[in-house]
Amino acid sequence: MSQSQLADAQVSAQISAQATLPVAAGQVGRLSQAVMAMVLGVFVVGMVGFSHIDVVHNAAHDVRHSNAFPCH
Amino acid sequence: MSTFRSIVFASVIAGFIVGLVVTVVQQFGTVPLILKAEVFEKAAETHQHDAAAVPQPAAAGHDHAAHDHGDHEHGAGDHDHGAGAWEPRDGFERNAYTAAANILTAIGFALLLAGFFAVRCGTTGMSVSWHEGLLWGLAGFAVFTLAPGLGLPPELPGVPAAPLLSRQIWWLAAVLATAGGLAMIAFRRSVPAAIAGVILLTLPHLIGAPELANVETNVPSSLTHQFVTAVTMTSLVFWTLLGGLTSAVFARIDRGANLRA
Repeated sequence: MSQSQLADAQVSAQISAQATLPVAAGQVGRLSQAVMAMVLGVFVVGMVGFSHIDVVHNAAHDVRHSNAFPCH
Repeated sequence: MSTFRSIVFASVIAGFIVGLVVTVVQQFGTVPLILKAEVFEKAAETHQHDAAAVPQPAAAGHDHAAHDHGDHEHGAGDHDHGAGAWEPRDGFERNAYTAAANILTAIGFALLLAGFFAVRCGTTGMSVSWHEGLLWGLAGFAVFTLAPGLGLPPELPGVPAAPLLSRQIWWLAAVLATAGGLAMIAFRRSVPAAIAGVILLTLPHLIGAPELANVETNVPSSLTHQFVTAVTMTSLVFWTLLGGLTSAVFARIDRGANLRA
């Protein structure tokens, strides 16, 4: 590989890195935000449907039965 | 944080609507059956108290007492709900809390769905259509209702069951295994993955859900059967509506957010 070919390869590698990096970074951000929202969702469902606290159980009683969540 | 905000907005809107709709559907489907079963439950409790006051050698009385201590974590209350713990008054108050709990549950599941939609949108570059969202909803129905319901059928108040925590653990395991199994089949297009997926789907049922050796209840089995159908159909409405609506609302909000960004 000649010097100029090597330089060309480096340049094209740089270009492709520039082209893919921002997209990749955006993807990671999107993924972690999605995961955060999903964790929040699981927490909400867990609290309403599965909490052993009496008051929460009594308030959500009919919903737990209607959703076939284990109840009582 | 625009994605997170879009997911939360979409989930709150879709969850609110679906929660309200399902509350209405439940008033015709599941709630009347729950109220009927509670009549039997209360009658059985009065009987139980009589049995406790006047010691009887009858084995049935003993079984009831054992069940009460073994399965009801709430202690020896005059209802399952524990002595002295607050509970909503029958009628409007009770239904208002049911509506609130339905809305919260719908928002929670919508957050889960919209999270997947955001990831799908990120990888395919196209927002999830309402039709694809509906299919995700059906997957949610299979994961959260059908699979756990096979081992732990929807139960009416007054029907004794295995200890709560063990049922909750099995329920969660069934949900995780079913979700994993379906994902293996849907997203990995290879034979070994499909086989592993099917194994995952069957595994919780091979292990088996916790159940009592013998169940004594005054609640008629016809009522229980009606309830299983009512719960499953209500849940089908819930999931298809939630899947379709969440995807449609999320696609709209997310597109708007991306245009502004």
